[in-house]
Amino acid sequence: MTTSVALRSNEAPAGTGRRTGGADGSPSAPARRARKGTDVRTRVEIAVLAGPAVIMFVGFVILPVALAAYYGFYKWQGYGAPVDFVGLQNYTVIFTDPDFRAVLWHNLFIVIGSLVVQGPIAIVLALLLNQRIRGRGLIRVLIFLPYVISEVIVGTGWSLMLQSSGALNDLLQSIGLGGLRNDWLSNPDIALWTLLGIISWKYIGFAVILFLAGLQSIPEELFEAAQLDGASYWQIQRRITLPLLGPTLRIWAFLSIIGSLQLFDLVYIIWGQYIASTAGTSTMATYMVGNGRLSGNYGYGNAVAVVIFLISLVVALVYQRFVLRRDTAGALTEKSDR
Amino acid sequence: MTATASIVAPKRRQRDTGPVRRERNLGTYFIALLFIAVCIGPVAYIVLGGFRTNSQITASPAGLPNPWQIGNYVTVLTSGVFWQQLGNSVIAGVTTTLGVVVLGLMVSFVLARYRFRGSGALYSLFAAGLMFPITVAITPLYILVKDLGLTNNLAGVILPQIAFALPTTVIILVPFLRAIPDELEEAAAIDGASKLGFFFRMVVPLSLPGVVTVGILAFIGSWNSYLLPLFILNDASTYTLPLGVQAFASQYSVDTARVLAFTSLSMIPALVFFAIFQKRIVGGLTGAVKG
Repeated sequence: MTTSVALRSNEAPAGTGRRTGGADGSPSAPARRARKGTDVRTRVEIAVLAGPAVIMFVGFVILPVALAAYYGFYKWQGYGAPVDFVGLQNYTVIFTDPDFRAVLWHNLFIVIGSLVVQGPIAIVLALLLNQRIRGRGLIRVLIFLPYVISEVIVGTGWSLMLQSSGALNDLLQSIGLGGLRNDWLSNPDIALWTLLGIISWKYIGFAVILFLAGLQSIPEELFEAAQLDGASYWQIQRRITLPLLGPTLRIWAFLSIIGSLQLFDLVYIIWGQYIASTAGTSTMATYMVGNGRLSGNYGYGNAVAVVIFLISLVVALVYQRFVLRRDTAGALTEKSDR
Repeated sequence: MTATASIVAPKRRQRDTGPVRRERNLGTYFIALLFIAVCIGPVAYIVLGGFRTNSQITASPAGLPNPWQIGNYVTVLTSGVFWQQLGNSVIAGVTTTLGVVVLGLMVSFVLARYRFRGSGALYSLFAAGLMFPITVAITPLYILVKDLGLTNNLAGVILPQIAFALPTTVIILVPFLRAIPDELEEAAAIDGASKLGFFFRMVVPLSLPGVVTVGILAFIGSWNSYLLPLFILNDASTYTLPLGVQAFASQYSVDTARVLAFTSLSMIPALVFFAIFQKRIVGGLTGAVKG
């Protein structure tokens, strides 16, 4: 939708510019013709500079998303043109499939769990690391390490460590906590919590770094003033730091929620498609791949993609409307009136 | 959407302090050390596990290498598979980064420094792209790439990666390019530089910090990318490292030590890259990128 609007409004003036520039039978001043000339030149520059990126973006991002919406109405094996129009049947199947309801619940669990687990820990760590301590740079880098390592490596390493005869159980045994040994990956009561743990491990560094960034933007004078007024350390944190960290927290929560809704790599790598559903860790995205491409049912897979997209979009819009409004009101309107 | 912009936008000044409370330092160090141990423990497990034998691992899964074995690493390093996949990852990463930087800089320049109808809409289009993660588009994207005949071809991974990295790039670079004072452009114009001359002579060098940030993001994104190669690359000779690690792990699932060696070797390039650019990455996120 936005695509065509953007392109049309982009091309229309270019067309008119060329027309008036070319049809210069009028005896007007050369100054005017020169201005039209620059106009054409400017339009060509815009087209040449912006064109490649726009073409790439529309071709590989917008078009596939639009195609997903289109394919979603068909029963289609992925060969030739889709002909078997089934209307909303794919969507009916999705919403009546108990498996899909299960993956929806898993995603919801991860969304809430990530916020609840990572948020408070990251805030405390950021507050601690915001003090002047030795080796702060090194500590930051080490905390950030899991975030930089690829999901495949994280998944491979953790799945080896968490096997029933793996390193974690061995470690628990040797420090006298043998009672906590568990089948971390395949016990359906535990597996989702295991996934939450691994996700928190991988992404909490990102939260800490973001919060540190937010803390650094708080004017130091505020702390000094509060200290002069006799506020205690924790009073300062509660009354000044946390409220002023609000925008950063809200943006982090937004990124975390969207990421949790799209979760695919770690689950697919650690549990694989089929074990994921029995262990109870499958997500909307692994459901999409498993019931779409791997089953040769491309129409259905695309319908699932549309559902994931719509859920993310609704969540994002609601979040922006009610939570981020204060933070982004200026930022979003600022562009259009430039 | 504005999230990224505000994360990376250059801050006016760098500061180093929160409230100073030295008496809390001991507790701070303790918690920090504990947390770091949790962070690097699993990484250490992978690296050290590669120096052990399978019987060591079976006997004591959480133990240290005793004695140290370099055999696993030597086997992987002399196998050729690793080097091929490393090469593929490097090609994909470098090409993606170049494409993102070149295309992103060009379109951001237009959005930041030209006034034309529809520029707001164009910006919104890219900003909205942040809402289209590759997960949603992967199925039709696979069909599109297949129709273009680019499956089992690194180009089939590179082109979509460039496209999907453009929104972040535009959102980071546009504020950078807008921040270049108009007076500079006017001065360049008086000296006879065209708008394009201004672009190449002034904008490109001045926007270098922003370019480096988006370049790093694009490279790491490409290096760690899994879903897209999983769909596009089915021929083992075109595998990038993430696919290779997974294939290796399932092929040698009984040879844990060798899997760990392969995994940690595939981690090294990213870690080296991170070590070189860590100031820029962490600094960029903490708003310490200085122009």
